[in-house]
Amino acid sequence: MKDLRFSKFILFTNALVPLALLSWDVYRHRVGANPGEFMTRTTGIMTLIFLMTTLAVTPMRQISGLNWLIKFRRMLGLFAFFYGFLHLLTYIWFDRYFNLKSIPGDVVTRPFIAFGMTAFFLMLPLAITSTSKMVKLLGGKRWSKLHKLVYVAGIAGALHFWFFVKSDTRLPLTFGFILLLLLGHRLFVKFYPPNTSVPQSSLIPRK
Amino acid sequence: MKNDIKSSEITDKKVYLNRRLFLRGAALLTTTAATGLLYRKLNPPPVEKPKGDSLVTVAKSQSSDAARNGFTTNEKLTAIEDITNYNNFYEFSTSKQGVAIESAGFVTKPWNVSVGGLVNKPTTFGLEELLKFQQEERIYRLRCVERWSMVIPWVGFPLATLLEKVEPTSQAKYVAFQTLYDPKRMPNQSTGVLDWPYVEGLRLDEAMHPLTLLATGLYGETLPPQDGAPIRLVVPWKYGYKSIKSIVKITLVAEEPPTTWNIQAPNEYGFYSNVNPNVSHPRWSQAEEHRIGESTFSARNTLLFNGYAEQVAHLYDGMDLRKYY
Repeated sequence: MKDLRFSKFILFTNALVPLALLSWDVYRHRVGANPGEFMTRTTGIMTLIFLMTTLAVTPMRQISGLNWLIKFRRMLGLFAFFYGFLHLLTYIWFDRYFNLKSIPGDVVTRPFIAFGMTAFFLMLPLAITSTSKMVKLLGGKRWSKLHKLVYVAGIAGALHFWFFVKSDTRLPLTFGFILLLLLGHRLFVKFYPPNTSVPQSSLIPRK
Repeated sequence: MKNDIKSSEITDKKVYLNRRLFLRGAALLTTTAATGLLYRKLNPPPVEKPKGDSLVTVAKSQSSDAARNGFTTNEKLTAIEDITNYNNFYEFSTSKQGVAIESAGFVTKPWNVSVGGLVNKPTTFGLEELLKFQQEERIYRLRCVERWSMVIPWVGFPLATLLEKVEPTSQAKYVAFQTLYDPKRMPNQSTGVLDWPYVEGLRLDEAMHPLTLLATGLYGETLPPQDGAPIRLVVPWKYGYKSIKSIVKITLVAEEPPTTWNIQAPNEYGFYSNVNPNVSHPRWSQAEEHRIGESTFSARNTLLFNGYAEQVAHLYDGMDLRKYY
């Protein structure tokens, strides 16, 4: 991974492809009969994909030994937050029709909305403290403790999807299963540390 | 000759100098193309409506008291592209965009509907016989439990006409309906997303109500597969899932029959399922709805009994609609 800047650029471009195609489809009126629902679903699924990919970095490193993967984690996490933000906007627009006052009541009455909100507002401080400056400011230990919240965000996000579907639970179950593997691997490593001297994962992003 | 070789050598050198750029461009192009293709595969574009046969109808929706009876409405019709590309029909797919794709080519000939149970004259009707009943156009609002709605010009005949033919006995109190069960033709039936076959039911007085329609077409043509070909129920004052599609069996019974979504989640879907803005679904407030094709910046207020209160409210006199949701 000599060409880090370019690799990051590739990831950045690819991560924007779904948004570009979605915008293009909206512009050409090719988002089906219910554009609001379509945009909501698409941004929601993108959020979960990026959340899972972010959570996959550490296990992938430990399994494969490809330590350079860590260099993409911050961007992956920020894209999870970015698509999550767009997803929140679709909710405010197509579900609440910009009636902001109705949101607290809605969060209380609908459990799946509460889970979604939890996931988003857990990602918010993580996005804010994602810069290298903030890591230094907080100190590595405190920073990594704070960023453990991403596990809770992942669980809340998966539950949000699970409680949303009517009967076809296959996709939410798939996300749930992947999450279980990703979090389970961490627990496994914690209780059964590998004998081989794999470099300990440093949570502080390096330049 | 020598000059030619030289010039090609120069080009090669250029390529060599720009190799890094080319490789980068290629990497960028291939990865974005792959991501784009993956996205497209997960979000297929809408499909063309299959060509149906035209149906001969008597234009009842034009008659003077049609509006009073609820047989028609002057609200703007939902576009046929939307009616045929946004369907809840789990037998084919749980994706509303996917039903049209999965149901394309669904064979509905031959088709029989057996009508029996507590009747004097149990009969099996071939589709041709059902199409000989006087077909009329009915323009109904359709309200889905998922908070969206459409206005659809159905073609069909009152269920009462069919039931009168078989003569229900005095013990008959309910009507049970069943969708075709054939996983070869309805591929998603091989999954366990619902308890197959799909079953629905009505109280006999609801079934005999003049608004209750057996639809054989829409927009003047035979029903497209994705909308429940070749024959489906339409009960405009109830949530969409009550209007069972691709019916093969109708049975008159004495007790309230089981219904698919009630089996799936009894606390969310009741037997009656009348459209009611005052009774919320756990995941959707039912107070408002999005009319397909209208602006996404505002919603419509949902009406009690989907706006058919004048015609049907008397059926539920003295019933607690919160309890019997």
